[in-house]
Parts: sequence; C-alpha cells; structure tokens
Amino acid sequence: MVPLSYYVIVSTVMFVIGLVGVLIRKNFLIILFAIELMLNAANINLVAFSHYFQTVSGQIISLFIITIAAAEAAIGLAIIIVLFRKKATTNVDEISLLKW
Amino acid sequence: MAQLLFFLYFAGMALFSSVLTIGLRNPIYCTIALLSTFIHVAGLFVLLHAEFIAAIQIIIYAGAVLILYLFVLMLLDLKSNESFLHRQSWIALFFGLVILAEILVVLFKSPILEKTGAVAVAAAPAIGNTEAIGLSLFNEYLLPFEMVGIILLGGIIGALVLAKQPRPAAPVGGNGAHHADLPSIQPAAPVQEGTPEEVGARSGQPFDKIGSL
Repeated sequence: MVPLSYYVIVSTVMFVIGLVGVLIRKNFLIILFAIELMLNAANINLVAFSHYFQTVSGQIISLFIITIAAAEAAIGLAIIIVLFRKKATTNVDEISLLKW
Repeated sequence: MAQLLFFLYFAGMALFSSVLTIGLRNPIYCTIALLSTFIHVAGLFVLLHAEFIAAIQIIIYAGAVLILYLFVLMLLDLKSNESFLHRQSWIALFFGLVILAEILVVLFKSPILEKTGAVAVAAAPAIGNTEAIGLSLFNEYLLPFEMVGIILLGGIIGALVLAKQPRPAAPVGGNGAHHADLPSIQPAAPVQEGTPEEVGARSGQPFDKIGSL
C-alpha cells in the first residue's frame, strides 16, 4: 500500500513547481497553466486525505475546485484576448497600463 | 507492490511533465505537457479509488479547459522569445526551494507519515464512488453546489462581457443598431441616414431598437 505521505509529498512538489512557474514565467498563458498546476496539487491532497479518512467530502471539494478552475480559465482567457487586442502581447512585463 | 509501482509511475510522470509545463519555451509544447500532467494526476486519482474525480479530471480539465487554452493559443500566434535567466527567476527558485523544504520538514515531523490505506480497502463502501458523491453532494453540500453554479454563471457573463468586441461604428440600418447603447458608439449615431427627426428619435431613444429586433 502507498502511504499517505507519498501523496502529500507529490502534491507539495507539484504546488511548488506551480509557484515557481508563476514567478519565473513572463507569458500570461503559462502563468495560468502554473495556476492550474497549483489547483491540481490541491486536488491531489484533498482526494488523498478523502481516501484515507474514508469520506467523500474531500472529493466533493475537489469537484468544486475543478469547477472554479474552469471559470477561472474562461475569465483569464477573456482577459488575455482583450489585452492582446489592445497591446498585441502576452508578456506580463509589458502589460503595465495601471502602473502609475 | 504493483500499486506502489503504478503510484511511482504516475507521480513521477506528473511531476516531470509539470516541470516541462513551466520549463518549455514553446507555449504549444507547454500545453501538451500540461495535458500529460492532468492525465497522470487522473491516474493518481484512480489509485486513490476516486474514479469519478478521475473521469471528471479527464473530461473537464483535459477535454474542455485545455482545449480552450489551446484554442486561444492558436488564435494569438505568440512568439516565444522569452528568457528564463532574469534576476527574478533566481529569487523565485530560491524561495520555491525554501517553501518546499519547510513543507517537507513539517510533513516529516507529522504523525501521518506512516499511515497507509489498509483500513480504506477493508471498509470499502457498499455503494459506488459516484453514487456516494452524488448522495453527499445533494444532501450535505447542496448550498455550496448552488453557490458554485452562481460562480459559473458569473464566469460565463464575465467572459462574454470582457471578450465582446466594441463595434467601431454602427452599420447603416444594419444589425449593429442594437449596440447603440454603448457609449463609444454614440457619436456614430447621427451619421445614419434619415430625416433629422428620425435621427433625433434614434439617438434619443436607443432602446426601442432592441424591441423591434
């Protein structure tokens, strides 16, 4: 049997990969990908604990997270399209319209 | 033992392809690596006896969300001249390693380290996974379920409002007349043909066009 801590370690490493991805990448789309990675890491954690505590509550919360991620993807892509129409770039360093 | 091998395969591939997701230069390759991550995470869910979540992961994440990303990526035609060796990336790597070390230190001191799922298999529920999720979702979690529905509705409306292209000028007598309520279109309204009385009536009351459409 696989110990619970293995799943937690996988989830931790994936979350940190997503975090580093948000920090080092300049492409707006890849930053959204990294956010998806972090949400997936949270899902692994929730489902692992749900399995080991013998309850489906964690799986339901991870279902909600998947829903939120879908809504986030739709909104994020709409923002990308609007920005690309205005600035013709997805580099977050060049998108500084609201900077004083 | 076989379960441990499958776990190692799925976990290793998921982590490897998530590294590729943030490490590759071409955004299309990043998307394919993210697809691989999602599929292997779904494999981890199957190992955890969460078959419904695994199916949802494949259908919604890999099927819908990722295709949406890929669609926008193809639409935008991005140039990939991004460099990773900027100052921020070293700081980010440093802090990422610090956070990873912190979480692992806390984990190895915790009592969950040795726990395995032996109890879980012995007390496997008599009803299926999907049925258990459905019962719990519509009894205990009915209010959060409805709230998530409202969030999805907000997502739909927000995406539509954000991505709607403002028309530069209303075509004469065409279908674009129902955009007259947008502020940016207002100066174009008097250009339309017609007697001055008609034009005044149109610009003064832009909303009765909607009823006639």
